[in-house]
Amino acid sequence: MKNALGALGCGALFGAGLALSGMVRPEKILGFLDFTGAFDPTLAVVMCGALAVMIPVQVLVRRRAAPVLAGQFASLPTLRVDGRLVAGSALFGLGWGLSGFCPGPSLTAAGVGVRDALWFVPAMAAGMLLFRAWEARAHRPSLDETGVPAATPERELAARVAEERTSLIP
Amino acid sequence: MSFLLPLAGGLLIGLAAAGLLLLNGRVAGISGIIAGLIEPRPGDKGWRALFIGGLVAGAAAVALARPGTFQFDLVRPPFLMVAAGLLVGSGTRLANGCTSGHGICGVSRFSPRSLIATATFTAAGALTVFVTRHLLGAP
Repeated sequence: MKNALGALGCGALFGAGLALSGMVRPEKILGFLDFTGAFDPTLAVVMCGALAVMIPVQVLVRRRAAPVLAGQFASLPTLRVDGRLVAGSALFGLGWGLSGFCPGPSLTAAGVGVRDALWFVPAMAAGMLLFRAWEARAHRPSLDETGVPAATPERELAARVAEERTSLIP
Repeated sequence: MSFLLPLAGGLLIGLAAAGLLLLNGRVAGISGIIAGLIEPRPGDKGWRALFIGGLVAGAAAVALARPGTFQFDLVRPPFLMVAAGLLVGSGTRLANGCTSGHGICGVSRFSPRSLIATATFTAAGALTVFVTRHLLGAP
């Protein structure tokens, strides 16, 4: 229950911060990304404000055994820098630069009925679900004659990678 | 335009991310929160729905007090918004994070993955804007 209030309250603060800072307007984002044109540094100021709070908080979190309202900190997968990370970020950056929307601001804009966001948000959700379906398909094992997933070098490698992806740090 | 409001907004965003981490032990990565909410498998959807509801309501409340919060003059074709949405949705899942999860939460703990992700999506975004605005003449 307290946990639910924490999520609601933090969501409201986050949304208020996005709106106050101007980050819900695609023009501000496109202006920041326009390094060779009418560059608008606002996004950098917003990031500095957020990081000024979060950097000390991360130090605090490292010293705590558990969060205040929940049993444990959500574990973060120990992944390396890999092609997925770079390719995914590049695709995201391409969409960000085309629209001026990233996930948070697009939701707030859709929430108040901004037309562009009403096109963008369902497509974003579809992109997430399509990716999920593609990933499930890519990792689905083919069966051998006895109905058991056939072992191949690729599959063993995929299993090792999957295990690594889900291995957690405390 | 003064930088006081953007700085105040950034501090609020930082407080929100700090609160979610310190209180609930969760990372305020919005693409991940959405993905967990819409995936067909049952799971911890309650807090995700509340966070997203709060996000939308918090921004709408600011817009009530400050008309013009969401105002913009760009006219873009729907197909461009749909294409961008598909790219942002699939890209943030492939990279496990977006501006909030990598850009704020990951960078604040100096995660190498998040630093690389943030540099990559910023560079890709800047390159995209360079091509659309300065080579193709988009607004």
